[in-house]
Amino acid sequence: MFWKRMFGDKPAPEQAKESGFFKKLVSGLEKTKQNLVSKVEQITSGRRVDESLFEELEEVLIEADCGVATAMFLVDQLRERAREEKITEAEELRRVLQEEMVALLEKNAAPLKTPAEKPYVIMVVGVNGAGKTTTIAKLAYRFQQENAKVLLAAGDTFRAGAIEQLGVWANRLGVELIAHQEGSDPAAVAYDAINAAKARDSDVLIIDTAGRLQTKVNLMSELSKIHRVVKRELGRDLDEVLLVVDATTGQNALSQGKIFQEAVPLSGIALTKLDGTAKGGIVLALASELELAVKLVGVGEQYEDLQDFDARAFVAALFGEADS
Amino acid sequence: MAFQNLSSRLQETMRKLRGKGRLSEKDVDQALREIRLALLEADVNYKVVRDFIAHVKERATGHEVLSSLTPGQQVIRIVNEELTQLMGGTQAKLTLSSQPPSVIMMVGLQGSGKTTTTGKLSRMLKGQGHRPLLVACDIYRPAAIKQLQVLGEQLDIPVFSMGEQNPVDIAKAACSHAKKFNNDVVLLDTAGRLHVDEELMEELVEIKAAVNPTEILLVVDAMTGQDAVNVAEAFNERLEIGGVVLTKLDGDARGGAALSVKAVTGKPIKYIGVSEKMDGLEPFHPDRMASRILGMGDILTLIEKAAAAVDEEKAEKMAAKLKEAEFTLEDFLEQIEQMKDMGPIDQLIGMIPGLGAKQLKGLEVDDSHLKKIEAIINSMTPEERRRPEIIGGSRRKRIALGSGTKVQDVNRLLKQFSQTKQMLKQFSGAPKRRKKKGMFSLFQ
Repeated sequence: MFWKRMFGDKPAPEQAKESGFFKKLVSGLEKTKQNLVSKVEQITSGRRVDESLFEELEEVLIEADCGVATAMFLVDQLRERAREEKITEAEELRRVLQEEMVALLEKNAAPLKTPAEKPYVIMVVGVNGAGKTTTIAKLAYRFQQENAKVLLAAGDTFRAGAIEQLGVWANRLGVELIAHQEGSDPAAVAYDAINAAKARDSDVLIIDTAGRLQTKVNLMSELSKIHRVVKRELGRDLDEVLLVVDATTGQNALSQGKIFQEAVPLSGIALTKLDGTAKGGIVLALASELELAVKLVGVGEQYEDLQDFDARAFVAALFGEADS
Repeated sequence: MAFQNLSSRLQETMRKLRGKGRLSEKDVDQALREIRLALLEADVNYKVVRDFIAHVKERATGHEVLSSLTPGQQVIRIVNEELTQLMGGTQAKLTLSSQPPSVIMMVGLQGSGKTTTTGKLSRMLKGQGHRPLLVACDIYRPAAIKQLQVLGEQLDIPVFSMGEQNPVDIAKAACSHAKKFNNDVVLLDTAGRLHVDEELMEELVEIKAAVNPTEILLVVDAMTGQDAVNVAEAFNERLEIGGVVLTKLDGDARGGAALSVKAVTGKPIKYIGVSEKMDGLEPFHPDRMASRILGMGDILTLIEKAAAAVDEEKAEKMAAKLKEAEFTLEDFLEQIEQMKDMGPIDQLIGMIPGLGAKQLKGLEVDDSHLKKIEAIINSMTPEERRRPEIIGGSRRKRIALGSGTKVQDVNRLLKQFSQTKQMLKQFSGAPKRRKKKGMFSLFQ
């Protein structure tokens, strides 16, 4: 029962602080911290609450990729609470901002679904270069650590070398791989993979798909087809359909979320490359404007660096409370 | 609102301004606020936006506007000019050495599209008569070398690789190899890396020192957010890049943060990636891009594409045929092939002035229609193509079967074709009865 250990007990936020995840997140978010948080601190230091303060905060949030709408929303919340709670010292707004961010992020938060039936099927989708294949490798490693039997499906039959790339990962991890020729029908790969997973009694099946820009109508309907085939062969809904989003992406991430959602029923988002970006704001925009939960975050290049998303830990790390 | 792109937002604002006889400062402020929001939502760096707005405001509220007859038009012109300036003014070309081989080094974050762009660039150079050599310097990502090899094979361009050895050594060896085999351009495909990764950034500096590249191109994903500027700054600081390639512009991130790259680093955008296919690399024209964002269309690119795809002699023959109304299905097929050479239809339509994002919404243009028509015509005998009137019921069945379509599809095509021909007949005035007038005389 790998999933018991896997998803059983979520560490409480207090425990999370001690864990490696928190440290990793803190170091991964170092850049974000410097930009977003140090600016918030700068602005709020030793002054009284006034309208120009709110405008400056809005600008800082926009600069962190929160997006205009989300930044306005957060600042409106701040304004209202400042009035209600009669806050006059700007420094107090930092705490309020943290609370509002957590509330926003937790609104739709959810961990990976608890497995109920074998095989546990995950389909991974996203635009080109978001980090789908690497995320799959990390996911496979994670399940493997829980002694699950993992099967990978090389559904990116379009990009040159994509099948080989997943093949190399499968070899390194020692997991099985279902692959066809380059240029073959990805739905056929998925079909074979489902049946292979059943026949081989695999615990987890992770299906890769080719990167596609959400504006390509044909490619989006191809994605719908793959999903349809998988669902039909499985005889039930997929456990997870994850949209992989590069954390350096700006407001286009919202368009990605929206249009991919129309093609396949997304269950959540895996946010990658959070260690490199100077912005974490897109997480807030995604949570606020799309009813989609960020489920996983990639904060480094190691296998272990793909982690469950924890809103409190994320905001705490953002505000650098690790050493307090 | 959040999903509207820059183009449609600006178009909306500009429509409000257009035709106004007199602009108050309030009008200008209102318009500029819209433009500011639109630019921010398009991920243009907020500092760049601030400067941009300040510039436009200064010019728009000043003497220039007040003295002009149509202030609304004037503001649009200023926004357009400033936007062009923001993106680099004039078009920047690739730097090649007078002493071959020229070494072009491709750098960027993971997943920005370096390997694909390297392939596209080599194809473009080959088309210009160069003898490029692709070099696989990405020893980290699994199967990256394989990816480049597959591309090289597709493009029939040699690929130099030394497995997973030190990239500095690979780059050096590749340059000697190029000299020996007479390759005049060497393209180094380096591994993707984070701009904050000290160790890997140092590796790039070493490669640069070892092979002294003539051009260093930073590949930037057009969907990148506010961070694009930091990335460009970091790479530029360490490597002194020569220019930027903006990829994935075929998505809906049309303006994009990367537009501010030039404003912040002073380095021009030299090429843009506009499709996943190997021919999807275009020179970057700041003026055209600005017009496109403002919804004024990109008619220049369209004309250039048509000029490149259409054989002039053939075009003249076609004109003659049109005039005589001797247009056959064979000619029709030829036309379709030429159109396909110009690129995907949805992109072509986007370039037509007056057809903004608004009109295109909900209109799904895809190339599969053309493929169907092509298949149908290809399944006809030469005789049938010349004289479609002989195609009866059983021929229709055969053609549908042969082309994998339905009889209805064949019917539709034949009907459309005969209508077109009818129209052409009227134009050319074949039945001499009616008096020619207006545009008909164009064909005389």
